Amino acid sequence: MIRVGRADFDTAAELAALGPAGAVVSFTGHVRAEPGLAALVLEHYPGMTEREIARHVEEAERRWPLTGARIVHRIGRLEPGARIVLVAAASAHRRAAFAACEFLMDYLKTRAPFWKQEEREDGTRWAEAKASDGAAAKRWG
Amino acid sequence: MTTVLYFAWVRQMIGPSGETLALPDGVATVRALAENLRARGGGYAQAFADLSRLRVAVNREHAGFDAAIADGDEVAFFPPVTGG
Repeated sequence: MIRVGRADFDTAAELAALGPAGAVVSFTGHVRAEPGLAALVLEHYPGMTEREIARHVEEAERRWPLTGARIVHRIGRLEPGARIVLVAAASAHRRAAFAACEFLMDYLKTRAPFWKQEEREDGTRWAEAKASDGAAAKRWG
Repeated sequence: MTTVLYFAWVRQMIGPSGETLALPDGVATVRALAENLRARGGGYAQAFADLSRLRVAVNREHAGFDAAIADGDEVAFFPPVTGG
């Protein structure tokens, strides 16, 4: 299940929706509190985002024996502490769930068409892509 | 007609978030389209000044500047993604 929208999410409810599985691994990303940062404003490319994420979920399902995956990504204006993203992977065994969750998160960072604008005390600026995120995604080959 | 979309600072420099245009004669790749748009000047010249700073999607899939484009395609220009 992939969902992109403004609404906040309830992590426990999202994980419960994955149904019974031996192992569920999830990652929740929040807006980091940084000096001077008032909020992040996220935008995306409707129509491409969902498709791009779905392709990576399919790839994760090819690589690991998953029983489910769930990705929720928020857009709009989010203040420090707010939830931005949830990635959850379910499998019979923990190794597959851990690996798939990390794989999905790495690809989300480097391929899913989202952009963050930082609202700061001294104005706005667009977040720069991090080389470390690119390197993290590359290790999956 | 071809749909061209702009996101993040590319959109901010150009103004509108997208437009529909007839591919000019001889424009058959993303790079040629980007150079054509750059020649319009103003915000376009600014947004397309350095293509190495831009990423591209054709028909909602990541593509390169050498990708072929034709009438009816959707081409998007944007900075490297920063989601997650």
